[in-house]
Amino acid sequence: MMNNENFEPVIIGFTCNWCSYRAADLAGTARVKYPPNVRLIRLMCSGRMDPTFVLQAFAGGADGVLITGCHPGECHYLEQNLKALRRTMLLKRTVAQFGIEPERVRLVWASAAEGVHLAHMITDMVEEIRALGPLNWPQVAALNGNSHVPVLKKAATVSEEKVEVAA
Amino acid sequence: MSENGKPKFGMYWASSCGGCEISVLNIGEHILTVDEIFDVVFWPVAADFKYKDVRGYPDGYIDLCLFNGAIRNSENEEMAHLLRQKSKVLVAFGSCAYEGCIPALANFTSKEAILQTVFLDSPSVDNPDRVLPQPVTAVPEGEIRIPEMYETVKSLDQVVDVDYIIPGCPPEPHQIWAVLQVVVAALTEGAELPPKGSIVGAQETAVCEECIYPKSEKKIFRFYRPYEKVPEPGVCLLEQGIVCMGPATRGGCGALCPQVGMGCRGCYGPLGEVKDQGARMLSAMASVIGVGEPEMDERMLEREFETVMDTLADPAGTFYRFSMSHSLLRRAKVNGNGHAEPEPAEAGTTNVEMAN
Repeated sequence: MMNNENFEPVIIGFTCNWCSYRAADLAGTARVKYPPNVRLIRLMCSGRMDPTFVLQAFAGGADGVLITGCHPGECHYLEQNLKALRRTMLLKRTVAQFGIEPERVRLVWASAAEGVHLAHMITDMVEEIRALGPLNWPQVAALNGNSHVPVLKKAATVSEEKVEVAA
Repeated sequence: MSENGKPKFGMYWASSCGGCEISVLNIGEHILTVDEIFDVVFWPVAADFKYKDVRGYPDGYIDLCLFNGAIRNSENEEMAHLLRQKSKVLVAFGSCAYEGCIPALANFTSKEAILQTVFLDSPSVDNPDRVLPQPVTAVPEGEIRIPEMYETVKSLDQVVDVDYIIPGCPPEPHQIWAVLQVVVAALTEGAELPPKGSIVGAQETAVCEECIYPKSEKKIFRFYRPYEKVPEPGVCLLEQGIVCMGPATRGGCGALCPQVGMGCRGCYGPLGEVKDQGARMLSAMASVIGVGEPEMDERMLEREFETVMDTLADPAGTFYRFSMSHSLLRRAKVNGNGHAEPEPAEAGTTNVEMAN
């Protein structure tokens, strides 16, 4: 895929109220820099992250989704962050079947004290998505919905090429 | 209404299997009442009317048109527009017309790959000249045209305005009859129809509400495909690890599948307010995985979860078995080899879009 240095990825970030949102806040107060590509949305817990939110973000044109929560064992609601982990893992498998690179969904643990760590993770993700290139899902979703253009000759050519490749 | 004063009834199948038509006939002796009340003016499976007859009708001539089947090709789309124009009330009848259903699973691959498999690669195919269907073929007598297959399968409401939706694969006969009674009451006694856009012939609660099994806390240590396990009688299938879409599926069917040991497949679609049935089911399934403790090492936790998830075959195909056209993502991004793969296809090989 393209490696466009001018491409600025749009990343939607879901942060937990009790840890990672505060980590992002801490990064801000401590003047730790991270790229402005991520748009943070605060949830009460990473366990509130409905996979629908992630799919909606992609369908709406986001290039990546970051989910952040408290470290395992430190969840404000006991173990909802483990639920977030399981959902994220299953979601990665599912979106891969849609042809979306699983790296476009990332789960990061960050306690309220880990502003620097979170800033690093955001920077890292932005660069990773930049390397992957734009996702541009609205264009994929609209693919050839109502084309009335004939299939043709191209189809035959393609098939022949495939056979050669296979042989 | 016409000469004999009866309201006009039409039914059409686009990209579908014919099960919806059978389900209508399964209303039993009520079909005689339907015949008594309605004048059938178009129903390819049951009556000999041609497309040209429909084109000849005045606009809005058909009082009730049940449209089943997804929009897969140009013929389906043309008929959707035609029947919209000729019908007063157009109903998306059954899962295909409502949300894509099984035909829309094709949205996980490409038209090119489907043609390749069906006409060239399938072991039972004998096609030495590698002939693929052509929309236009020149023969000595002139040109032969067939409908053009689309890249993406759509639901009826993604092509034309739809008045009502009757979900199900197929809709259950008792629900069909209940809806027909409402329509008949409206036509004969002037009773009120439900608000436009309503999902009729179904419930506002999940399949689990109708299911006979008692439910307790679910903790799953591995998933089973239907052939891998004989269900224990009287126990919630999901609790046994058998994939059941009940929690994320609209009820109204009477929870028929779980009662005979087959997990709900999700054919009545999502509940109201839910944007994406697959995402809801994904969320539920991930929630009930019973392994892992908060004290565990993070990598260890992931490994535990991976092991359980490895037993869940084809998550996307399972979660979106019926609702692909209505899903938030609509279709997969497909590379030249027809597989939904994140990796880009190598330049210059087979990444050619046919329909452009």
